[in-house]
Amino acid sequence: MDFEPSDDQRLLLESVSRLLADTYSFAQRKGYMAQPAGYSPEIWGKFAELGLLGLPFPEEYGGFGGGPQEVMLVMQAFGRAIVVEPFLSTVVLCGTAIQAAGSADQKNTLLPAIAEGSLKMAFAHGERQARYDLNDLITSARRDGSGWVLDGAKTVVAHGEAADKFIVSARTAGDRYDRDGMTLFVVDANAEGMARRGYVSRDDSRAADLSLSNVRVDEADVLGPIGGGYAIIERVVEAGIAATAAEAVGAMEAMNEMTLEYSKTRVQFGQPIGSYQVVQHRLADMFMTQEQGRSMAMLATMSLENPDAEERARNLAMAKVGVGQSARYVSQSAVQMHGGIGMTEEYAVGHYFRRCMVIERLWGDPAYWLQKLADEVE
Amino acid sequence: MDLRLTPEEIAFREEVRTFIRENLPADIRDRMKLGHPPRKEDTVRWQRILNQKGWAAYSWPKEWGGPGWTAIQKMIFLEENLMAPAPEILSFNVTMLGPVLIQFGTEAQKKRFLPRAANLDDWWCQGFSEPGAGSDLASLKTSAKRDGDHYVINGQKIWTSTAQYADWCFVLVRTDPNARKRQEGISFLLVDFKTPGITVRPIISIDGSHHLNEVFYDDVRVPVENLVHVENKGWDVAKYLLGNERTGIARLGKSRERVNAAVEMARKVNSNGRPLIDDQTFRQRVAQLQVDIKALEMTQYRVVSAYDKAKGAGRPDPLSSVLKVKGTELLQATTELAVDVAGPMATPIWAEELAAMNEPDDMLEAGSASAASYLMLRAASIYGGTNEIQKNILTKAVLGL
Repeated sequence: MDFEPSDDQRLLLESVSRLLADTYSFAQRKGYMAQPAGYSPEIWGKFAELGLLGLPFPEEYGGFGGGPQEVMLVMQAFGRAIVVEPFLSTVVLCGTAIQAAGSADQKNTLLPAIAEGSLKMAFAHGERQARYDLNDLITSARRDGSGWVLDGAKTVVAHGEAADKFIVSARTAGDRYDRDGMTLFVVDANAEGMARRGYVSRDDSRAADLSLSNVRVDEADVLGPIGGGYAIIERVVEAGIAATAAEAVGAMEAMNEMTLEYSKTRVQFGQPIGSYQVVQHRLADMFMTQEQGRSMAMLATMSLENPDAEERARNLAMAKVGVGQSARYVSQSAVQMHGGIGMTEEYAVGHYFRRCMVIERLWGDPAYWLQKLADEVE
Repeated sequence: MDLRLTPEEIAFREEVRTFIRENLPADIRDRMKLGHPPRKEDTVRWQRILNQKGWAAYSWPKEWGGPGWTAIQKMIFLEENLMAPAPEILSFNVTMLGPVLIQFGTEAQKKRFLPRAANLDDWWCQGFSEPGAGSDLASLKTSAKRDGDHYVINGQKIWTSTAQYADWCFVLVRTDPNARKRQEGISFLLVDFKTPGITVRPIISIDGSHHLNEVFYDDVRVPVENLVHVENKGWDVAKYLLGNERTGIARLGKSRERVNAAVEMARKVNSNGRPLIDDQTFRQRVAQLQVDIKALEMTQYRVVSAYDKAKGAGRPDPLSSVLKVKGTELLQATTELAVDVAGPMATPIWAEELAAMNEPDDMLEAGSASAASYLMLRAASIYGGTNEIQKNILTKAVLGL
């Protein structure tokens, strides 16, 4: 076991951290969110220059040749800065799906475009009635000549407002809850019959609901085996859980640092509040919770390449619960320790709080995953 | 970063597991599986079996009869031992006295005491706490005055675990009452418990067991050759002892073993007309504990692998305070789970008369033992530096407040 980053990983982390330190202060971030896209295309370009947008892709597709550990380090840095650019959806989620299941042609066209920053994608699987159940899918695709026709609706598609293309799941066989019969399609955001309603999410990122009505796609736009989409969706969600776990760790670090700093400077009853033991012990609890969360984020990352699917799923479920609970505790405590200022929009703590709240609700909250683990108790 | 055990470490775990399975006496294992703590003779017997194998002094260097393991190996060994479940190696001998003598002892002290400590020929106890010196250990008052070739000890120690079994005790005493700082007038002495003037008085714990004692020192004469390190520098020794690499402090194997035992029992008892194992509240509690155990296991790996990477040269990792706090919280939560599963069977006190009245009744015996263990482990967040003290340590060491 070795939990230290390699020299290359350290360099990567340093360059990402430097970029964010220069360009991603809390005030600058506010400016990015105010842009029409809800994020900064300029920053997106800088991510591309640094190789981040091809981070987990092989070099033959213009990628950086990294893996889950590199994604973890970068997501942690993004978590510290609450980066609003559509990295998670484009690179991690869609990137995972394309790498896992894409045809040679799809890999050759999509991955380099993502890596160079000219293509933003979003993963459109969730539907209103499904809540967190990955197997609950109604959107349908039926064959029509040489292609397919999609009908249905997708909800809370992360980073959906800015996406140029979507990976859309649709049922090509079976009933609503069947795992078999799901198929993934690459769908252009401007395809005829696609209606997108974008909105601001609780974390200030831009999501979207999609409505698909007689949307035609070619056979070449099928991603992966027909009817075998569920296994790919699971891999995408696993990658997303690991990446957002790392992001939550970064957010926890930032909140803990801010809270510690505040406890040294905020004076009440003639002393810094950090001199009071009741505050000190809460800070110690927040630190311990952060470290337990970090351990779980590492478990998630290391599990992604575990070939034993059952153990992998179990570890990721445990990590999802552990990180979710940790982030909730740290978020709530950070606001509490700050007092009134922590409640304000102008102060950063609340923004971390809201990002952690959204992360917790991606693909299932701790209660949801805990019940899955409870079902396996034997 | 490589977040997996190496093939060698996995093979090592298998070796340890196999050895314990094949050599742990069945009567000891069966009693402990019912949730009983090991008896004195169980601890001695098992430690001697391990010592034959060269594993009892698991944390010592080869030079002094240890196996020379890495921190990860030590952790694997301790966890397997707890999971078995087997009696724990006597920590006073192996994790406290041993490293202290290896670091500070004279050659004569090492030769005289280390082999006997490893084989549990001497049972050691720890004389630190006093009625007025608990978390604030440096305020201790028990005095030792030099008289020719001897120190003469007078005073009282308390919470001395297993003093009733002890052959020897390592004691913190005040040798300079006028020292500028309280920490500077303290010495670390080795006391033969057969010396006249020592009185051991039992303190019965809330589980009904006799584990703790008061120890009174009345003109107890200790040869100066039994001073460890330097006179008035005993605080350095104590700090080393308490801050010494605490690989096993989280005792995760014990928590795992208790959860497994609770799940086993939950199959056999009914609740609301169905087996308790089918109760969703119960299942969620188990799942939550499994999550928490997993998280702490990963944290433990982080601590020990960092220790191995620093080749043991690093300062004590403040994360070991996390291991202490979270590990004891888990121990308490898992024993609480077990006692809740036992339900009404947790209430009878398992004693000779109950055993005589009943046919062999594993459920009742295990239920009763679960209550004892639940009660006893309330101490886990108190001993070894209370969890509040651990938070003070974190506040200083990590947060810099």
